[in-house]
Amino acid sequence: MKLRPSVQQDDFMNTAVVSASGLSLTFQTNDGPVNALSDVDLTIGKGEFVSFIGPSGCGKTTFLRVIADLEKPTAGSILVNGMMPEQAREARAYGYVFQAAALLPWRTIEKNVALPLEVMGMSQSEQRARVSRTLDMVNLTGFEKKYPWQLSGGMQQRASIARALAFDADLLLMDEPFGALDEIVRDHLNKQLLELWARTDKTICFVTHSIPEAVYLSTRIVVMSPRPGRVTDVIESNLPRERPLHIRETPQFLEIAHRVRDGLRAGHSYED
Amino acid sequence: MDSLRDKIIPVTTILLGLVAVWYVAAVFMNAPFQRDLDRRGNVTRTTLEFVQATLSQPKPTLPAPHQVAANFFENTFLRKITSNRSLVYHSWVTLSSTLVGFLFGTALGIAIAVGIVHLKSLDRSLMPWIIASQTIPILAIAPMIIVVLAAVNVTGLIPKALISTYLSFFPVAVGMVKGLRSPEIMHLDLMHTYNASANQIFWKLRVPASVPFLFASMKVAVAASLVGAIVGELPTGAVAGIGSKLLAGSYYSQTIDIWAALVAGSVVAALLVALVGLAGKIVERAMGAQPA
Repeated sequence: MKLRPSVQQDDFMNTAVVSASGLSLTFQTNDGPVNALSDVDLTIGKGEFVSFIGPSGCGKTTFLRVIADLEKPTAGSILVNGMMPEQAREARAYGYVFQAAALLPWRTIEKNVALPLEVMGMSQSEQRARVSRTLDMVNLTGFEKKYPWQLSGGMQQRASIARALAFDADLLLMDEPFGALDEIVRDHLNKQLLELWARTDKTICFVTHSIPEAVYLSTRIVVMSPRPGRVTDVIESNLPRERPLHIRETPQFLEIAHRVRDGLRAGHSYED
Repeated sequence: MDSLRDKIIPVTTILLGLVAVWYVAAVFMNAPFQRDLDRRGNVTRTTLEFVQATLSQPKPTLPAPHQVAANFFENTFLRKITSNRSLVYHSWVTLSSTLVGFLFGTALGIAIAVGIVHLKSLDRSLMPWIIASQTIPILAIAPMIIVVLAAVNVTGLIPKALISTYLSFFPVAVGMVKGLRSPEIMHLDLMHTYNASANQIFWKLRVPASVPFLFASMKVAVAASLVGAIVGELPTGAVAGIGSKLLAGSYYSQTIDIWAALVAGSVVAALLVALVGLAGKIVERAMGAQPA
């Protein structure tokens, strides 16, 4: 296996945060093999906001977990920041936000955000500085000493985003982070996430099953379909980077949403 | 007001019911002896007098609650603590070996659980033996432990404490295995994304997650420890302790003494369980648990 990128590839690797080619993953289950991912080719550049959309079982979460080295591919290759996923994980190349906030209930909000910093062995003063900076980014200043149960669901998820941002990884992997929240809170968090992305210049991979959410947030939308999990369409968004919430009623927005829906239909996502 | 309605009234109702049943049972169980006594003494009594007599025998088959209460009060509060008739003295003797055994048992249980959670080989080899250990009747093994240890000149507190350990390590080991394995997959994945070491996962995730399980199993363990200590006092003919009071009472048919010792043991057990529960509440509150 070629692990090391060649000299010519180096330039390309500097801009490609994630590059997958021929990536496949087959789970062996009691009901026989399940093709969670089949022959996925995708390159994600630095600073992009890429959404993965598709029905359940299309492999969008699995793809994110492969990037994060939480699953091993069974065929093909994938590089994260030009490294194997395992090396990238060891280099703490990404922050991961799960579907649930997954805060540790016995830690206060500030201690939860400090968890990765503790694991990475940062000094107390460094931890304090980073915690207050990231809590400020997600508008949770003043809630440092609260325990997770004292916060609403939306605030908990914001705290978990702060935790993923605290160690300044350039890549943010988000697996349906707002899926469990009501639409009003979700709109609000979507807007905040866009602002955060604009300010920090991070690369974001965002899994969702909401078409408006995907279109509103992304520079590129990857449409996936199940059995086997594969990429059926990649849609570039020509929406401006500045996106107020009401952009979702513009013809431009609806046009992109329509193309996403077409892509899903082409992948038989609406059939049983 | 809520605690009055939710707890005190229901518990008191059951208590009053039990006391009533106890009095009725005492009359019936003591009646044959009283009848015998009256026939020989040529005494004739009214029904009320007869009932009173059954409830005030010096060595009744089943002592009445007030007899036990009087004996308990007398031997707890009216005796010098150093007196060998004082229930406080005997309770302290039993309590000291209970506590030593409980500490040993908790430490052993935690150590076993940590081993089982970390080493697959221990999980497979140790767990069946741990379960098997609890199927051996403690009454059978207790005298042997004491005799064997006496042969190597270990006597007094330690053999009794070891019997407590034998009973109390089990709930702690089982509870802690469950507790240390209780973190969700998502939390384990999270630690994995930080490239956390097994050591960090243990201290930052597994240990805090296991705390509620630890206190729940320690409640069971402390009660088992007390049983172990009392059982440990029986076969040795120990001169002090609740177990020795029970034994002496049965030698001399001092049924009221037996029941009073029994009450003393229950009071000690209730206090121990309540203390562990309180400690658990304090620790969980300090760890940010939502007040119930």
